[in-house]
Order: sequence, then C-alpha cells, then structure tokens
Amino acid sequence: MSDTHRRLTGLVRQRLFWPVLILVVLLVSNLFFTPSFFSITVRDGHLYGSLIDILRASTPLVLVAVGMTVVIATGGIDLSVGSVMAISGALACLHISGLADQNSVTGVLFAVVLALGLSVLLGLWNGALVAAIGIQPIIATLILMVAGRGLAQLITDGQIINVNSAPYKVIGAGYALTLPVSVLIVVAVVTAAALLIRRSALGMLVESVGGNPTASRLAGIRARQLVILAYVFAGLCAGIAGLIFSSNVSSADGNNAGNLIELDAILAVVIGGTALTGGRFSLAGSVLGAVIIKALDITIYTIGIPSQANLLFKAVVVIVLCLAQSSAFRARLAGITRRGGPARPPATPPGKRPDGTGGGLPQQAGPAAPAEAEVRA
Amino acid sequence: MIDVSDPRQATATAPTPTVRPRRYLPQQRHLPVLATLTLLATMYGLGALNYTGFAQPQILLNVFVDNAFLLVVAVGMTFVILTGGIDLSVGAVVALTTVCAAVLLREGWPAGVVLPLVLLIGTTLGLLMGLIIHFFDIQPFIVTLAGMFFARGLCHLITSDSIPITDAFWTAAAQHRIRFGDGYFISISVVIALVVVLIAAFVLAYTPFGRNVYAIGGNPQSALLMGLPAGRTRIAVYTISGFCAALGGVLLSFYMLSGYSLHAQGMELDAIAAVVIGGTLLTGGSGYLLGTVLGVGVLGLIQTIIAFQADLSSWWTKIVIGVLLFAFIILQRLVTRRRG
Amino acid sequence: MTDAAPILEMTGIGKTFPGVVALDDVDFRMFPGEVHALMGENGAGKSTLIKVLTGVYGIDRGEIRLAGRQVRFAGPLQAQQAGVSTVYQEVNLCPNLSVAENIFIGREPRRFGAIRWATMRRRSAELLHRLHLDIDVTAPLSSHSLAVQQMVAIARAVDISAKVLILDEPTSSLDASEVEQLFAVIRQLKESGVAILFVSHFLDQVYEIADRMTVLRNGRLIGEWPVAQLSQLELVAKMIGKDLSVLEQLDGESKPDLATLEGGQPVLEATGLGRSGAIAPFDLTIHAGEVVGFAGLLGSGRTEAARLLFGADRAERGRVSIAGKPTALRGPRAGMANGIAFCSENRRAEGVVEDLTVRENLVLAMQAARGWARPIPRRRQDELVAKYIAALQIRPADPELPIRNLSGGNQQKVLLARWLITEPKLLIVDEPTRGIDVGAKAEIQRLVVELAGGGMAVLFISAELEEVLRLSHKIAVLRDRQMIDQLANGAGVDVDRIMRTIAGEAAA
Repeated sequence: MSDTHRRLTGLVRQRLFWPVLILVVLLVSNLFFTPSFFSITVRDGHLYGSLIDILRASTPLVLVAVGMTVVIATGGIDLSVGSVMAISGALACLHISGLADQNSVTGVLFAVVLALGLSVLLGLWNGALVAAIGIQPIIATLILMVAGRGLAQLITDGQIINVNSAPYKVIGAGYALTLPVSVLIVVAVVTAAALLIRRSALGMLVESVGGNPTASRLAGIRARQLVILAYVFAGLCAGIAGLIFSSNVSSADGNNAGNLIELDAILAVVIGGTALTGGRFSLAGSVLGAVIIKALDITIYTIGIPSQANLLFKAVVVIVLCLAQSSAFRARLAGITRRGGPARPPATPPGKRPDGTGGGLPQQAGPAAPAEAEVRA
Repeated sequence: MIDVSDPRQATATAPTPTVRPRRYLPQQRHLPVLATLTLLATMYGLGALNYTGFAQPQILLNVFVDNAFLLVVAVGMTFVILTGGIDLSVGAVVALTTVCAAVLLREGWPAGVVLPLVLLIGTTLGLLMGLIIHFFDIQPFIVTLAGMFFARGLCHLITSDSIPITDAFWTAAAQHRIRFGDGYFISISVVIALVVVLIAAFVLAYTPFGRNVYAIGGNPQSALLMGLPAGRTRIAVYTISGFCAALGGVLLSFYMLSGYSLHAQGMELDAIAAVVIGGTLLTGGSGYLLGTVLGVGVLGLIQTIIAFQADLSSWWTKIVIGVLLFAFIILQRLVTRRRG
Repeated sequence: MTDAAPILEMTGIGKTFPGVVALDDVDFRMFPGEVHALMGENGAGKSTLIKVLTGVYGIDRGEIRLAGRQVRFAGPLQAQQAGVSTVYQEVNLCPNLSVAENIFIGREPRRFGAIRWATMRRRSAELLHRLHLDIDVTAPLSSHSLAVQQMVAIARAVDISAKVLILDEPTSSLDASEVEQLFAVIRQLKESGVAILFVSHFLDQVYEIADRMTVLRNGRLIGEWPVAQLSQLELVAKMIGKDLSVLEQLDGESKPDLATLEGGQPVLEATGLGRSGAIAPFDLTIHAGEVVGFAGLLGSGRTEAARLLFGADRAERGRVSIAGKPTALRGPRAGMANGIAFCSENRRAEGVVEDLTVRENLVLAMQAARGWARPIPRRRQDELVAKYIAALQIRPADPELPIRNLSGGNQQKVLLARWLITEPKLLIVDEPTRGIDVGAKAEIQRLVVELAGGGMAVLFISAELEEVLRLSHKIAVLRDRQMIDQLANGAGVDVDRIMRTIAGEAAA
C-alpha cells in the first residue's frame, strides 16, 4: 500500500523517531551498568534476559495503552482501566480459589471467560454513558474508576486472594515457543487489532469521528456504534491486562492492581504520537510508548537510582521527551525566531473544541503547519 | 452580484435585524449552578429525613471544615479549567507542601519562614508548568501529569514516612475554633478558604485578567487576534493553581498535623469533580466560582451521608460515591439538555 | 480625500511557508480617508498580506511603513495599539462572553482596577446604536445571529482603530440591508480620515464602496488601479488571468421546460414538513433532472428546511415520500439510504475532517454507508478519487495530501465530490460557492447544470440571487422561517420579482 508506506515514512520521520531514540538510549545506558544487559540466553527452551524481562513487564501496560489509543482517537479518554484490571483479576482469582481443583483447565477457562466478560460489560457501560447519554468521557470513566475500585475490593473482600493454579499461572508467567506467554498474548491482540482496524474501514471512520464528530454524523457515520466499540475494546484490553498481572503473582489485590496505570497508558499514547484531542492515531506508537515507560522503570532500577527517585526520574524523562517532540521547542533550540515561523496561535485547530476529554488537550504541536486552510489565500 | 434582499424592507421595518437566540437565553447560563444547588438541597433534605442529628447546622459547617483545603485547591483548578486547561499536579503539590512544611518545622525552622516558603514552592512549580505549556506548546494534560510525577517523586525522595507536625503555630491554627451563634464553630481554614473564594470570584468577575481567562477558554484564536495577552494569562492560571495547591497543602497540614508523601492521593480528581459538578465546562469559557463552592459542598455532603450510614465498609463507600456522582451527572445532563 | 502621503506603505513584501511562496515582491499602499480593495482569487495572497501587516506572521523580505515610520508589529495587539485593526472573515470574537465584553475586552473601563460593568454596557449600547443595532449587550454573543456577531466585531474594530481598518470579507454573512449599514459606517470613517482595506468576493460591493483596488494573483502584484478605471470584466480577467465568459455561457443556455420535468413521479415529495423553531411546515416536490433553488434572506430558514429534507434534523410535523414511498428520515443515514446527499454550508465545522487526507475525505460518505466492516477496495478508491479530482479540477491533485493544505475552494470541491461519489438521486447543496473564487464558482455552477442534465435532482441554496436564477427550474422563496412562495423560472422572473416576493408584494 503506497500511502501506508508513505504515511509510515512520514510518521517515522516525525513522531516515532524520538521515542525510538529514547528507547535505544535507555537500553544502551543499561549496558554500562549491566554488561550482560543485552544478552539473551536460552534455558529449558525459554528465552531469558533483561530484554525479555522488559517485554514481559510491559505487557499489561502495552495492552491498556492500545485500548486507550482507540478511545483517545474517538476524542475520548478512559480513566477506569486500572479499576477494570483489578476487577478482572479479582473475579478470576475468586472463581479459581473457589474451585475444588484449582488446576482444572476448564475451571480456569471459565474464570477467564467470566473476567473478560465482565470487563467487556464495563467497557459497554462506559461507552453507553459517553455515546448514548453524552456525558464527557473524563467524568463518565471517572465514575467507574471510583466505583470500580470499590467493586474490586468488594470482590476480594478487602483481602488479597491467593490462588495456586498452574494453568492460571501460564497466562502471566508461562512460556510457549520460547517466548513468554504474556508477550505472545499481547502480540496476538495487537496484531489482531491492527489488522482489524487498518484492513477494515474502522481506522478511518474512528479517525473521522475523533477529528470532526459533526461532519462525521452528516456523512452518515454511525459514531455511536464506533465510540461504544472503542470503550468495549479498552475494557477488554484492561481485562486481559488484569489477568496477566494477577496471574503473574498468582493473586489478586483489589486495592493496588492497576493503580495509576491509566496515567502511564495516556503517557504512552502521547509518546507514541497520537493527539489527545482525537483523530489520527498510531497503535505502533502506543506500543512503543508503553515499552519505553517500562524500560524506564527497569533502567532506573538497574542503574541503581533509589526507588524513591523513580517517579522523579520518570517525570524528567517525560518532560524531556515531550520537549523533544515539541516543534516549538526544536525551533527555539535551533535559534529560529518565532517571527519567521508560521502562525503563533496555539496548536488547537480552529473550531475544534474536543467535547470528550476537554480539559486542556489541544492537538500536540506537530509539524508546524498553518492551522487553517484559508491561510493559503 | 446582488445579495438577496429588498432595500425597501430595511426601511419599512425597524432597523433591528431579527435577534434569534441560537443556543442560550441569559438565564440558561445559570442553569448548571442552579441544578447543583438543587441537588445539594435535595441531598441535604434526604439526609435530614433519614438520619437523626443530620439536620444540625453544625453538620453543614463541618462539611466545609473538613473540606476547606479541597475548596482552595478547587478554586485554583477552576481558573485552569476555565481556560480550557487542566492541572493534574495539584494533589502532588499538596502532598509536597505538607512534606516540606513538616520536614522544615522538624528541623526547627520558624513557622513564619516555613509558611511563605512552602507557598512559594507550589507557586513556582505552577509557574514552571505554565511556562512550559505556553512556550513549548505542549498539552496541559501531559505537562501537569509530569508535574504530578515530579512533585510526588520529590515527596518520596524527601521522606517515606509520615512526619508529625508539633510546631506551636501549626497546632494552634489546627485547633483554633471560631465560635459564633448558638455553639457553632468553624476552623481558621474555613475562613482562609472563604477569603480565597471571595478574592477569586472578584478577580474572575471584575478584573481584566479574569475576563481574559474566560475569553481564552471561549476561543483561544479569537482571544489572540483580539490582542488579549493569551500567553501571560495562561501562564498565570497555572501559577494560581500552583499557589492554591500549596495553600491547600498548608490547610491540609493544619488538618492532619503531619506531612506525608501519600497525602492527597487522587485529590486532583476530587477537585476536577467539584469543578465539573459546579457546572463549569471542561472545554472552558463557561462556569462560575460559586458552582465550584457548591461542588465541594456536594462532595463533602456525600462523605457526611456515608459517615452517618455507619455500616458501610470502605469499599462500599467508593461504590456509593461513584453511584452518587453518576446520579448527579445524569441529573445535570437532563437539566441542561432542556436548554434545547 | 486622498492625501499626498500614504498612511501605509508596504514595499517588496516576501513571505514563504514550507513549500509555498505565499507572497513574492508585493507592494501595497493606502491613503488616509480612502477605501482600498484588495482583490484576488483564493490562494492569491490576500489573507497572508493582511496577516503579515498585523504581525500574525513575520515577513521574510520587504518593509512596512505606517505614517512614514518603519514598523514591524510583533502581533495583532501591537498593531492595534499602533492603529491598525482587523475584522476577519470568521467572527473572531469569544462566543461565550457578552456583546459588551467582546467590544471592550482588553480595554475595559475601570475604576481602581475593577471593571465598571455599567459603563461598559452603556458605551457598547451607544456604539452599536450608531451602527443601527439595538440588541441586548448583556446576552452572550452566541445568542445572536451570525450577522449581528459580525457587526459587533466591526464595532470593536471601529472603536479601537484610528489609522487603518482592515475588513477581511466582512459582508459574507450579511444581507443587503446590513451591508448598507456597514457601508454607511465605512463612509463615516472615510470622512474622519481612516484608511480602510476592504477584501471581498462580492464585486458589486467592491465597486460600490472602494476608491482604489489592488489585484494579486499567485502571490504576485498584478497592479493597482482607481476603481473607475477598471471594468468588472477587466478586473475578473486580471484576477484569474484569462477571459471569463463561462458564466455568460451558462446564462445563454436554455433550460428544459418545467412541465416536462415535472411529468413523472417526484424523487422527493414533502408535505407539511416542519420543525418548531426552525421552519414552518412546507410542501415541496422535486423531480429527477430538476434544479430547485431556495431563495431568501439570511436566517429565513433555507438551511433548516434543507436539513429536514436530508434527515440531518428530525422533522416534527409532516411527511416525506421518496419515489412515492412514505419514508421516515430519522437521521443522515436514512437520508443517504434513500439516495439523498447533503453538502453543508459550514464546510469547516460540518464538512471537512482536517486530520484526514483528501482521499479519505472523498470516500468518507460512501464508506460510512457501507459500514466499517466492508472497506472499499483500495483499487476502487484510487479509481474514484482520480476520477473526481479530474472532474472537479481539484488542486493540488494529490489525494494523499492532508485536506487542511487545500484552499477553501478546493476543500469545497472535495466535499461536493464526497457526495457525488454516493451517486445520489437528490443532491442538496447549501451555499456551495460561498467564499470561493470566481473561477471555482463557475465550475461548480456548470457542474450543477451537468448533473441535472444527467437526471439528478438538485436542491440549490445560495444567497446570490443571480446564481439561483441562473441554475434553477423552480425557485422556492423563504422568509422568516417560512416558505412563502414557489415560482417557476422563466420569462418575467428576475431578481426584482424575487425580491418583491420576499418583501411580500404580490406578483406584478
């Protein structure tokens, strides 16, 4: 597809370049402290190594970020993904812990289906609030974020539910074909999503809905359907992420599972180049963004920065990354005066007031193009 | 090419073009705040009916005693949201303020120095974020998110435990009660919060800066083309939010008499919820400070009701809060939809 | 009226954007107390010149002198303070603020730092009264019609500006009486020595009000003439660089007899269709191959009626039959499913999806009708896209360009193509030629005639009566949210007749 290739090249040149660079820098800097960082060994037919660890650790975040990307593309946002993760893990573990034989595959499968079913339902709930009733996404999903956390704690009755189930453990900690199962799951989900989105007209229609909801409606797009679908997808991704997470530790913690992951996910989406106002989106970018965030966490650990400084370090890196991506910053750095450049007004395209996320989410400063077509006159 | 019209019609009729209200009538602007007020009253009424002792005026006063810090933070958040922005860092700045205050006081610094210093810290953080948002054109969501990580990170770095505050001034401020009427009382924090609200309301309604805030929220491009100091205004609102967060942190430190990096977790969402419940649009340009006050009242009343319904476990609390929030948003939606 | 020394002199102005030379060695000057019209097609550089003058953009080459002193404004605020104010084509005000505030924000009357609201209200009422506008100045700006909003913008600029007032397409949303009001104010300003820069596509208005004109084409200066020296035809020729007789050609073409057209079953028949607050119940039939025009003042309900016919808004009263079958038009999808297409007048808010490419914007409606699960095969997309780009002469012809890079006229063509691709039986076009250069206008009008000739029913809405008359077989006249008459086009039906119908006088 020539235009996909062209788009890809253009994208790489602009948006993904910096994230990839940062990722490489992060990984390479690990090398100084752990010379064997890049080494990958094969033991018992499984791949081991720090790089593999990073991939494994990033699987929940990658999933949540991918789901978040589609929601953001519609001009919305989903703050409830952390709570959905917790609920999903809690429900699965609750069911498994109640089984006579915790190792029964059918039992585990049923638990998984149950958990994912509820996650989808919760996504539907969010979608209905936003699309059918018309509540602002940030508020609509805030409701589930708060109530959902309570629901997760209710399911676990405030305790941590421990399970001892080999089949369940496979999801988060198992290996297949030398790779961690969780990584395989993520690859499968992301590939399926990417194929579905780009092979069908989903991608274009979602981008249209996020880019200009009124025009999309007049062009006959069933925006309501697409928006609900987006939130359902985000819920499903959060559900799978929850299962991976809880399976990895063979327990469910209603309190802490998925805590603050929505923020990391939004960060990943932004790093990946998708604008928070909606419209054009990039799944690959979000995956990359999520991996970067996890790589950051691990790098901080390996180079010996105390864990208390984790957040601080993260903040600095985020700022640096955003500055690097900001064309305004690059322009100043290169010494080009703003006077010689294009229009000064903020990067929000005219007439585009996002109804979804609102709250300070104008389009990210991309290539400095004049905001209105009339400028050409 | 003649445009469509008959010149004679212009002189025949009065020289006023037909004014057809497109979206709002003047009173419609006040609808969201009125809706909030109604809900507040309804909640209070239901509480009074269901629980004994609920109808005591002190209960209502306690709502503000217990939430004075949230009110101050929400005032700052109102400014930011009115410009169409958002500030996710406020909770972290509140915590940072309590931690800095506690640590400095423990080292023996006098309260008279510590107080302005911690206020300065929060304000500076807000200013920095505002500068980055404006000059580098990065979304407020991301910058303030990074600010949140930064402030929280600093907290963790400084101390991982809760540090009690024993300074005389602080304890006095925490425990002093202003009494009036028939045995009713409020704390100093409430007075401070009230003063902040009044000043902010005045600024928003009667100063050019305040009107610029609304203008930028209404249409940033137009504001710029009209020659308004959009950049300065935007930077200023984040600075104000930083100051309010710092002041809120001081008030919280009065309330808790401790500094802890885990204080105010999620307070930014509370503040946003209060602002939104109060009828301010997240897209900016529309809203009243009174609405925010009522919004904080609603949140506080929810907590009070839960406290009265004593048999709720802490996770049921969260569910109930979620449900009440939902009910309120739906109500607000129904009311404002009637604008048609 | 013309002083010896120009108040404004721009010499050798050059401005380049990435990949585009917007202005190339342009000179421009204005004298105090004169109205100077800046003419040119879309893309000629008019808007850029203005934005360069007011400091929204910086200039790459050349110099600007205001009252003899060289200036380089850092932005609109500085320009305003120096006496150069602008009123743009889009109402650049804040819709959430009151009328009074919009006029005075940035320079509010104050006492001890606090705004004096009563004074502000009083002064704005006075200002507007001078413009013959008596409205509620405390109401939010958005509660007033677009025309009123424009007047408020002009009131603000007029109150601020001392030396130069720039009016960029100020009349595009005004009806003739409002235009006359505006011109009266402009003449007042002329007397007091203000230099006025007037940019407009309405040639008649330019000839009525301007003293001098400068023509730009493709970013270059073609020339400066006193208005009296250049005829309209000559002006148009200079603007587009060739002779324009296409419009006259169209005028000469004969139209099929209305009776023949209305022989068979109508494509659409509306009975008593109405929606409270939007349009009173009306009847309308449209047949294949027929062009029905809507004529009426601004705010008369033309768009509202059209939206009901498409299903963009739901009707509260009345029935619609499509090809004889009663149909409920519950939404745009219903309209599309029945072969109706609706090209909105507000292309920025309701048409163009800026994030997407030209190709994606083109196939959007067609894809929406198929649903997300059935993507249009890429080869078919390429075929269709190439076909319509050629047919409508969309420039630049690259389908992978983001649509925001195209000029307004070309964006409009893309939107038209979006609907034509769906091969509708009834095409509704609302103000398709507004804000578009003369050449593109002619193309679109010719297209409408061709489509009708090929059997498509067309509902054509335009504020320009000549256009409506030129193209329509039948003209529906609207006033004050009511359809008051329907006229068969032919001998005896001219602009005058329609205007009298609107005014409520019986036919001559």
